[in-house]
Amino acid sequence: MARLLKLNVFRYNPQDPKSVPHLQTYVLDETDNMTMFIALNRVREEQDPGLQFDFCCRAGICGSCAMVINGRPSLACHTKTKDLPDEITLLPLPVFKLIGDLSVDTGVWFRAMYDKVESWIHTRKEFDPKALEERMDNAVAEQIYELERCIECGCCVAACGTARLRDDFMGAAALNRVARFVVDPRDTRTDKEYFEIIGNDTGIFGCMGLLACEDVCPKDLPLQNQLGYLRRKMGITALKSLFSRK
Amino acid sequence: MQTHYSDLLVIGAGLSGERIAVEAAQAGFGVTVLSIVPARRSHSSAAQGGMQAALGNCAMGKDDCPDVHFLDTVKGSDWGADQEVARMFVDTAPIEMRRLAYWGVPWNRVVPGKSFYFKGGEKFEKVEPEDRAGLITARSFGGTAKWRTCYTSDGTGHAVMCTMDNRCAQLGIDVRDRCEAIALIHDGQTCFGAIVRSLRSGELSAYLARATAVCTGGFGRIYKATTNAVICDGAGHIIALDTGAVPVGNPEAIQFHPTGIVPTDILVTEGCRGDGGTLLDVNQDRFMQIYEPEKAELASRDVVSRRMTEHMRKGLGVKSAYGDHLWLDIRHLGDKHISTKLREVDEICKYFLGIDARTQLIPVRPTQHYTMSGIRTDKDGAAYGLTGLFSAGEAACWDMHGFNRLGGNSLAETVVAGGIIGAKIAEFLGGHEVKFDTTLVRQAGAQAEERIKAIVSGTNGHEDVYKVRGALQEALMDGCFVFRNGPDLEKCIDTLHEVYERSGRVGLRSNGLGANPELAVALKIRGMVKLGLCIAYGALARTESRGSHTREDYPERNDRDWLTRTLAYWPDGAEKPVLKYEPSSPVYELPPGDRGYGGGKIIPADPASLTLIKKEVKG
Repeated sequence: MARLLKLNVFRYNPQDPKSVPHLQTYVLDETDNMTMFIALNRVREEQDPGLQFDFCCRAGICGSCAMVINGRPSLACHTKTKDLPDEITLLPLPVFKLIGDLSVDTGVWFRAMYDKVESWIHTRKEFDPKALEERMDNAVAEQIYELERCIECGCCVAACGTARLRDDFMGAAALNRVARFVVDPRDTRTDKEYFEIIGNDTGIFGCMGLLACEDVCPKDLPLQNQLGYLRRKMGITALKSLFSRK
Repeated sequence: MQTHYSDLLVIGAGLSGERIAVEAAQAGFGVTVLSIVPARRSHSSAAQGGMQAALGNCAMGKDDCPDVHFLDTVKGSDWGADQEVARMFVDTAPIEMRRLAYWGVPWNRVVPGKSFYFKGGEKFEKVEPEDRAGLITARSFGGTAKWRTCYTSDGTGHAVMCTMDNRCAQLGIDVRDRCEAIALIHDGQTCFGAIVRSLRSGELSAYLARATAVCTGGFGRIYKATTNAVICDGAGHIIALDTGAVPVGNPEAIQFHPTGIVPTDILVTEGCRGDGGTLLDVNQDRFMQIYEPEKAELASRDVVSRRMTEHMRKGLGVKSAYGDHLWLDIRHLGDKHISTKLREVDEICKYFLGIDARTQLIPVRPTQHYTMSGIRTDKDGAAYGLTGLFSAGEAACWDMHGFNRLGGNSLAETVVAGGIIGAKIAEFLGGHEVKFDTTLVRQAGAQAEERIKAIVSGTNGHEDVYKVRGALQEALMDGCFVFRNGPDLEKCIDTLHEVYERSGRVGLRSNGLGANPELAVALKIRGMVKLGLCIAYGALARTESRGSHTREDYPERNDRDWLTRTLAYWPDGAEKPVLKYEPSSPVYELPPGDRGYGGGKIIPADPASLTLIKKEVKG
């Protein structure tokens, strides 16, 4: 027999002067292959048309629908209700600014990050439309893509101990972004230049090594390895610059 | 009401929108890009397969060139494409792929030596040439003569989207998310920008610009079963159609994808079949080779969708709680291939179906996938009817896809068209001055405010917007899906008129404050039904079968009478669209002929009626 699911959903609309933060309970009958995408849309269409949440691709590709599901930051579209108990509590991601209910402002946070880490290829070369493309080893291309797979859902930031303590911590997503350019031979930035960006407490040295970022990453990005790799690289860069000053 | 000004306003921050923005910004113009979601979440990022460009680097793409790509594209379009546009596209695509490589896209590259591939479930060997090592490689995709689809693993759209958005950040382009354009500001001749609702606060602003580009993607969400993201609801088409001056081209040209998973309709890429995946029926027998001996599973997607539906109608589909479906089998491709080249597919099966594609079959059925239809523009991307309005990408009917788009051509179109049209817009901005009439701007703002007030307070009625939307989606599934015929289309039109009438009586049940989601749908619902009516009227009028438009009662492709493009206008206050027609192509580099797949009879055109251009075409 189908289960009755009890959804406790965080409600607060900052644009409504009468609204106060609270949990609201909805009861819903579970259907086959139900994901939180199906469940939340049914709640909105059948019970509470003003309920705010974000979905876009509903296929785990775009990163819109991250929220805290029974205590864990996850993509709602990825989450099958059959893997959850009868009672499910949904909260918006912490760290990011609340827009309303389960919807948070990841867009502004990530755009600021692009500027901070200068999230683009730094090169002095000009593009020549008549020339063949520069060659690249396929293994290198795949290595770059592996890190490019980040969908900026914000789960790693929401689960990060340091990010919860200090607003200026860059978080795993930003550090992973830097790692993506470090492995890219087209980017001419030196270790010293990367050190300028992340060689401090708001960057790689702020990480406490709790590694919840990797635990919650819905794309299974190798964040633990990347953070270790950058920390060592930046540590060496710091030592080198110490000695070169002498 | 806040007013913003820029030289160029781009509505939609997917690949075509951002590519236009980059081109205009590089030319020194001030650009504002608006998006309802953070740019990288745009539906461009969901395109897994790749981009077609005739680089001819890989072994199976040897001797490929733009001419062969042109033939594939025009044949694929079933001669519905504008051949001037298709030619421009194929010639520019290789350069654009290299440009993207320069900007940072990690394209997969040629690995020299022996490797294996599957076709129709059989294993073949190929040898990649030494001298091409490290150049951009390509994979096979449905409907092409050569392997031509450039890709980055299983996330091409995502990777290119990241690079394009990085490029925007580098150029300091003002990209604003959670902003939805709800009306264009225009005087019937010229477009001056848009009235925009903030999806953070609900506030309205005016965004004024000398040029406006609508790049909002497709409108698949007017169908119940669609692979499209939830944001692909036609918002851009609606504001263009609402002007009364701008037509939607070929509204009846809607593509269905053969492999949406059941029940969520999430797309699994054509790459599955390209790499050797097969389709099986209820008896777990292959069947595509019965209908299409030559191409089998690799026939173009409208053909595969149709054959699947035909096979299921014979009772050979698999019964399920969500209706009939078929199986996609990729088990024989092996663990390594599935976990690297088809990783996204692997994840979709695991996360959304709870199955392992290495050992289990994937339930699939045809579902709405792509709108060849869109805001009709000329070859420069300028919309018909309003000066200063442009459109590109899936939102536009440029029109290189005609009645059927090839896999990998749409994602390539976003950047190729974006580059070409962005340059044309820059040229336009160099010589186009406007005077902004503040009365006009205030009127547009006041009108939007009144509309919102009426919907929130229920002045017009209390119809539930989600129920109205549901009725629209059901009607289109019944009347305007893979197969169409006169009686069903007429019934569909009757239903849609009822739905249209209801859409005028929508009133909110929630309070409408802030970024209220019910209000966002309510503001669009009438336009969504208009789009549905455009499809149905266009499909009823077109008494032939061409590409994805299949009339059971008119199975022939009729070049004599229908080598035309439908232009659907919705004049102010009209109850239904006004249909006009223009020739499919101003010139014919490739005269209408047989596609070589799909079967069906052709009623030939009078050769004297076509402007042929002579060109040596290889292949």
